[in-house]
Amino acid sequence: MSRVLVPCHVKGSVALQLQEITFKNYYTAFLSIRVRQYTSAHTPAKWVTCLRDYCLMPDPHSEEGAQEYVSLFKHQMLCDMARISELRLILRQPSPLWLSFTVEELQIYQQGPKSPSVTFPKWLSHPVPCEQPALLREGLPDPSRVSSEVQQMWALTEMIRASHTSARIGRFDVDGCYDLNLLSYT
Amino acid sequence: MLQEESDLSLIIAQIVQKLKGSNLYSQLERQAWASLQRPEIKLESLKEDIKEFFKISGWEKKLQNAVYSELSVFPLPSHPAAPPEHLKEPLVYMRKAQGSWEKRILKSLNSMCTELSIPLARKRPVGEQKELLNKWNEMGTDEPDLSLFRPVYAPKDFLEVLINLRNPNYENGDSLSFRTHLGLIQVPLKVKDIPELKECFVELGLNIGQLGIDDSTQVPPELFENEHVRIGQKVLAEQDSAAAQQYIRQGSPTALRAELWALILNISSQPEDVLYYEQLKTNVIQHDLLVDSLIYKDVKLTASNDDYYFVFEDYLYQVLLCFSRDTSVLSHFAFNSASPPKSYIRGKLGLEEYAVFYPPNGVIPFHGFSMYVAPLCFLYHEPSKLYQIFREMYVRFFFRLHSISSHPSGIVSLCLLFETLLQTYLPQLFYHLREIGAQPLRISFKWMVRAFSGYLATDQLLLLWDRILGYNSLEILAVLAAAVFAFRAVNLMEVTSLAAAEKKNHLRELKSMYLDDIVKIHGLFWLF
Repeated sequence: MSRVLVPCHVKGSVALQLQEITFKNYYTAFLSIRVRQYTSAHTPAKWVTCLRDYCLMPDPHSEEGAQEYVSLFKHQMLCDMARISELRLILRQPSPLWLSFTVEELQIYQQGPKSPSVTFPKWLSHPVPCEQPALLREGLPDPSRVSSEVQQMWALTEMIRASHTSARIGRFDVDGCYDLNLLSYT
Repeated sequence: MLQEESDLSLIIAQIVQKLKGSNLYSQLERQAWASLQRPEIKLESLKEDIKEFFKISGWEKKLQNAVYSELSVFPLPSHPAAPPEHLKEPLVYMRKAQGSWEKRILKSLNSMCTELSIPLARKRPVGEQKELLNKWNEMGTDEPDLSLFRPVYAPKDFLEVLINLRNPNYENGDSLSFRTHLGLIQVPLKVKDIPELKECFVELGLNIGQLGIDDSTQVPPELFENEHVRIGQKVLAEQDSAAAQQYIRQGSPTALRAELWALILNISSQPEDVLYYEQLKTNVIQHDLLVDSLIYKDVKLTASNDDYYFVFEDYLYQVLLCFSRDTSVLSHFAFNSASPPKSYIRGKLGLEEYAVFYPPNGVIPFHGFSMYVAPLCFLYHEPSKLYQIFREMYVRFFFRLHSISSHPSGIVSLCLLFETLLQTYLPQLFYHLREIGAQPLRISFKWMVRAFSGYLATDQLLLLWDRILGYNSLEILAVLAAAVFAFRAVNLMEVTSLAAAEKKNHLRELKSMYLDDIVKIHGLFWLF
């Protein structure tokens, strides 16, 4: 294994609020990540290890995990991932069996905006505040109970409408014709 | 924590999506609607009351079985950034190797097509359709001229491809070093070692009773057999797939096997399934495929010549011809490294609206393919049920035996597991065979590719396939292959050539071997 450190250095001009790192592994066994955060002007920034020897290949001599897609999240890191100015990835592969090792398709995601929640139509979730309810005859159901049931029914119908199936149809011919050329190589 | 939760919701969403298209879904819907009439279902607690109803009436169990079935078959959802090819096979060089192998098969089929001037597919004239319909139950009596047809490939051709498989990022130095593989497989896949196998196959340990061994005549049935049968009947009464899978690891009583397998594979013969099979039969009658001749030839060459299976010849045609027309098999290609061959309607080359798969199920049979079906004929006599069982066995297990992938149950891993076990525990035998030019894998490969069908006596084979279902893995095939070599180690040390090793009764007469001989004296249990 070579002792020459090849830095994998990502330098940003704007402070990064790191949410997620995604990449495709290529025969790297262990990954460490170090970051340098923005601090107040006078103190020099130090490198902090936020991920130590994260295992990508359980057995460095075999193919398991060698070409897998990996995501690393903020909550897996040892330190706070706010205000990052520099990020360094350290790749380790102790096995001499592989000719090279790296990570590919590296993508870094920042903190995103919160996703909007699904809204019910207003009249269902906030019934009009009380006009004095008219006196009902006996034997009729309680209006608040009925409204909650209707709300449930509405939710169920919405669910059914939103669903679709991935079932196949089953025909293998085209309009009844299955008269073929030769097999295609592409 | 977050990661696990989102993984779980993804798995749930995937399973729900899959089940929505199934018969079970519409049945559950119908049951739910019908249940509204029942007095115990109240509108304000609709959801809970219906759930309770499902639990009592056994529908919840059916749903549980369906979910369990999906979990067993489908791989876990992969990373969102991973393309669909990654789910088929994560290692790029293996995908490429599978692609080149497929191209060779297509070329071979195309050249057969042009040489013999036979179309890949043609619509049968009405007269021929009537004739075939009349003969449907006795297609074996037909003696078509198949002399010009040859199988597209045989297991030994496939073995050569696997032997030449290389990882471009791997140090395959010319000089012998610690990294050289002494066997035929040269790719460094992860295979289980003995401690891991022990942990995985814990129910096969010496201290746990096994059918096939502990039910032999010398052992009083009160010790194990009676209790085991009683538990089996209870499992069937409960109709619980997961329990059945656990139970069958110790082998299945013959009387219960057909039902147990159907429960584990989640096959219940509904009228819709019989209809579907009839539809496939209609497709066979209407269109004649070149692949049909390959199937005929294969059955005539293998199953018809086998003492145990020749009686089932007609069943084999009824299953395999329909199998070729079944487009529902195409869905398994999502997690199979292989891809279905493509073609175009005559005259519409290149137009995507006229692109079709050939054969309709995307699977080109090879020499020995019919042996996957033959043993099942002992268990199931109703054609549509036999068909369903075979189809499920194929999309769960058998496809891995003839495609190039890094999956732990894939044939490449099985070969490597076999060679590694042999090298580690019988180094002298391994070295001797290698020196005389009889690499052990050349002998055992055909056993593993066929899952020992045709090489073991049927009752022993079914006990072996019990374990495949029980552990949801094919690794037991490699372990058994190594055990057979261990069993015959003394005799094999004396042979002086590959031909002698194969010819001598030691290995050819596997059929006279009993699993319990292998297991008691050497075999599986020597590993533990």
